[in-house]
Amino acid sequence: MKTVGTRSGQVPRGSGHGMAVRGWLLACALGVATVFGLAGAQGVMGGSAVVSFQDDVSTLDPAIGYDWQNWSIIKSIFDGLTDYEPGTTNIVPHLASSWTVSDDGLTYTFNLRDDVVFHNGRPFVASDVKYSLERVLAPETGSPGQGFYLTIAGAEEFIDGAADEVSGIQVVDDHTVTISTSAPDASILHKLALNFAHVVPQEAVEASGGDFGHEPVGTGGFKLSEWVLGQRLVLERNPDYFEDGLPYLDELVFQIGLDPNVAFLSLQRGEVDLLGDGIPSARYTEVLADPVLSELVNVGEQLQTGYVTINVTIEPFDDVRIRQALNHAINKDRIVRIINNRAVPAVQYLPPLDESHDPNYTGYPYDPELARQLIAEAGYPEGFDTVLYAYNVAPNDRIAQAIQADLAEVGVNVELRTQAQSTVIEAGGAGEAPLIWSGGMAWIADYPDPNNFYWPILACASNIPGGWNWSKYCNEDAEAKAAHADTLAGADQHDERVALWREIFTQVQADAPWIPIFHELQVSMHSAGVTGPDGIFTDPMHIPVHYEYMQRAE
Amino acid sequence: MSEPALGQPVAAAAVVDRAPRRKSWLRRFVEHRSGLVGLVGVVIVLVAALFAPLLAPHDPAHQYFDGLTIEGDPLPPSSTYLFGTDTLGRDLLSRVLFGARVSLLVGVLANGAAVLIGLIVGVSAGYFRGWVEVVLMRLTDVMTAFPALILAIALAAILRPSLWIVALVIALVNWVWIARAVYAQVLSTARREFVEAAGALGARTPRILGRYILPQLVSTLMVFGTLGISSTVLLEASLSFLGVGVQPPTPSWGGIINESQSYFLNAPWLVIFPGAAILIASLSFNLLGEALRDSLDLAERR
Amino acid sequence: MIPYLARRAVQAVGVLFGVSVITFLLAFLLPADPARMIAGRSATVATVENIRTQLGLDRPIHQQYVSYLGRLFQGDLGRSYAQRTDVNRIVKSRLAPTLQLALAGIFFELLIGVPAGIIAAIRRGTAVDQTVMTLAFVGVSAPQFVVGLLLIYFLAYLVPIFPLGGYGTWKHLVLPAIAVGLAGGGWYARVTRSAMVEVLRQDYVRTARAKGLLPNRVVFKHVLKNAVLPVVALIGLDIGVFMGGIVVVETVFGWPGIGQMIWQAIRLVDIPVIMGGVLVTALFVVVGNLVADLIYPVLDPRIRYT
Repeated sequence: MKTVGTRSGQVPRGSGHGMAVRGWLLACALGVATVFGLAGAQGVMGGSAVVSFQDDVSTLDPAIGYDWQNWSIIKSIFDGLTDYEPGTTNIVPHLASSWTVSDDGLTYTFNLRDDVVFHNGRPFVASDVKYSLERVLAPETGSPGQGFYLTIAGAEEFIDGAADEVSGIQVVDDHTVTISTSAPDASILHKLALNFAHVVPQEAVEASGGDFGHEPVGTGGFKLSEWVLGQRLVLERNPDYFEDGLPYLDELVFQIGLDPNVAFLSLQRGEVDLLGDGIPSARYTEVLADPVLSELVNVGEQLQTGYVTINVTIEPFDDVRIRQALNHAINKDRIVRIINNRAVPAVQYLPPLDESHDPNYTGYPYDPELARQLIAEAGYPEGFDTVLYAYNVAPNDRIAQAIQADLAEVGVNVELRTQAQSTVIEAGGAGEAPLIWSGGMAWIADYPDPNNFYWPILACASNIPGGWNWSKYCNEDAEAKAAHADTLAGADQHDERVALWREIFTQVQADAPWIPIFHELQVSMHSAGVTGPDGIFTDPMHIPVHYEYMQRAE
Repeated sequence: MSEPALGQPVAAAAVVDRAPRRKSWLRRFVEHRSGLVGLVGVVIVLVAALFAPLLAPHDPAHQYFDGLTIEGDPLPPSSTYLFGTDTLGRDLLSRVLFGARVSLLVGVLANGAAVLIGLIVGVSAGYFRGWVEVVLMRLTDVMTAFPALILAIALAAILRPSLWIVALVIALVNWVWIARAVYAQVLSTARREFVEAAGALGARTPRILGRYILPQLVSTLMVFGTLGISSTVLLEASLSFLGVGVQPPTPSWGGIINESQSYFLNAPWLVIFPGAAILIASLSFNLLGEALRDSLDLAERR
Repeated sequence: MIPYLARRAVQAVGVLFGVSVITFLLAFLLPADPARMIAGRSATVATVENIRTQLGLDRPIHQQYVSYLGRLFQGDLGRSYAQRTDVNRIVKSRLAPTLQLALAGIFFELLIGVPAGIIAAIRRGTAVDQTVMTLAFVGVSAPQFVVGLLLIYFLAYLVPIFPLGGYGTWKHLVLPAIAVGLAGGGWYARVTRSAMVEVLRQDYVRTARAKGLLPNRVVFKHVLKNAVLPVVALIGLDIGVFMGGIVVVETVFGWPGIGQMIWQAIRLVDIPVIMGGVLVTALFVVVGNLVADLIYPVLDPRIRYT
């Protein structure tokens, strides 16, 4: 069972590196779809599959939905200009068949496909792109993703009401749209692949009277056919989908409210085809040991790191030696074992899937003796007391207890406060919490770019009341480098950017504002009745599953 | 003292009179076998609570690296770990022993407080009637609908989490059951002829309450006082889960069950042993209580 | 009778008002920020503040409450923060299942508990009595999650008599109702027994029986009518409490009840949904207790309401 996202309204996102694509003319990208017929097991067209989730799907409005459950469902109903190769973090064209970038790196010109039709029959045109993006930026929508698109020229003025359109988005003709950013933005293509930028038809949004989230109309491979709140959500194939041969299934049913243990029993009986909340911890070992069941399990990486934030403004954590001591005190192998080895121990902040991850970095090895020494050196030979906050849902409470036990070994007496997610987030944002175990709450990257692991959670800019930089850390030098790194948007600057981010993280890690504990793996289980290309069951971007590629096995 | 229904010959009572009540209550108690069983049970639980540090073979908070299988699963009962280990590799027996403290405190004291409050409310409403009844019974309605969960979370944040908050919340929330049950019974009892007769004869309220009303309620109170131990212990677990009460690694019977129940099909010992402890505790208190009540003749009215 | 009902109706309004005020205040005392929860982790400060304004959360509490009351009088329970849809709609989708489970649960509680309690009272002091009493304790001490899991495992998985959780047909209702009944049955058994024993003890009853003045059946009926009073009290409370949802049972069986709705809403700090759920609960609590109060005089004619 995942620590992040299962019942936390988390947004899981894959990781990868910012691949600022420049000057690609991927007209043959249309051939990309056929590539995936080759890899992995081959199933059949048609049929229906059942996915189980415990928590209800809150909304299917792409501008608003930001949950574990609805993220991939929204991706199946809607499309964006760009997307990711299934099972990977590589950007590929989607609604945009190709794009070019201006010499100054500020303007992207997207050539749009002309064979795309909304579920209501109307053909997709460039003005839909402008409408959708403006909708996300508009204050009335209340979109959680608004902040991603502030780099688009004219966005701020639009939000403030000084302008009634976003000047940076220009409709050239029905199948061409340009997007200009106010400064080179290396991750703009990733942001356009986010659900928030998925395209919606204005007439359907307005006709829904504010309830578009329950009456979604998009361009995607599936359309909504039935939704009984709290019980069942049914998608049916969109016969006019522009991707040939997709989706495979005629129907996709989401059963809501099933406890993971009961869902597992249903899977064994063949009534459920995919465990949306993962394999229950209690059955995990049993499943892996079973030759038949283990075949149905997929393990993949994701852009996730679980860490303990150390509030550098609270004594004695203002002393870097103490922070480093804490890093040395934790036995990460033991913790990983507590969660049935569904993670790899972490020595750095960036997950392995990220391009700027440094395979040669060794970090702070497990060394309780050294930890005690450092703590004594810093002036606390008797140790000291502190508080660790954690999300109370399993397995985070257990992980927190393991951390508590490890810290006790080096003289740090930890009082544990395992509470509701909202409470911990509040305490973290307010800067009241000395230590927080991030599991169940943070951090999965929204898109595969190292800057997503910096700006929201380590930057001076997010060291504000309510910000998610719970360590209240601020390194001006690193900040300046980060801002510079983000301007390296050109394809030829790519390597320089990767190296610079690596350097930035190494610098931050020397300050030890966090204790990185592990990088969680994505583990999913499906029934023998369904199959699909490699990687779609642990897709790092279409989390948890790339539904359009799911197929019945016979 | 008999209160014959009007018209019944008093002499008839003698026919069914019991043997002379000259035996001491202690004697009668000892002869009450189930009471002895109950006493033993209560003593065991109390001893566990008081002497846990001496009795526990391991530190209840120690997470043994070898306390889990290589894949990270709990170990079944063995010679090293008599009750097995939990999901963090801690000895279950030690945790159950130490858990007695929290669970007893909550189950007996908090529940006892709830019973007391419910008793006062129910009797007042059912006996005094009038606006007292209206106010108290509507208050009961409010407290029944009251979202205790939210109160618990709010308190956990405002005050420091502690067992006293849990006890408080439990007492505040559970009394409604006793209040409503007592109210129903008092409504009926207070209208009985003998009570009204006693009133007419000039008996004062406390006497009526103490002599006629309360004895009728003893059995019901006993049910809530003892069965309530079980449900309260389980409720404490939910509240502690929300961060209100005991924080890890402090064990409580309900807490152990709560954190391990999804493992039930694979590691049933994690639920069976603490569950048995809860059962033994509440059942023992019940047997003891009933035996005491019978031997002290609390409910008899002769 | 009518004036009594009218008075109760007025009092009910008072109760609902009281509950709504307390819940509203508590929800805002929660150490969590709904705007921040909705905005998610990647939101800028401006986005969070914008969402706060859009939801009207930047206004003072009393103003928000007054607006809420205003809408409430028009039958509008507001809009869910998380789902951005009418709370009325969400609550309505949960009402029928919750009602079904509540009634079926009470049915099984009575079915299991009352006969057991009667038998135990009649056979008081014997092994039968001890067994019933112990079973009652087992029922109450057993965690409902585990009971539910066991029921599913044996009666739905190993032997597929019933469905593996979910909602839809009467078959889906049986196992969850039994799970509720097993736990509550223990209470009903014990309360029935103790109330009956109490009445049976009374001298005039024993006298009557000893003298053979009244046939057993009549005594039995008389005893039962009086013993059942506290049971009725419990039923009344159960109606109200169950309509607030039984989260554990709903969770294990995937039953789309109000309990799960409120629980998820609390986690997400979705205040309108919390309020909606609590108000529905309060309404049924009032109704349940009122029903109980109306039954008492039927059982014991000496009870009168002025």
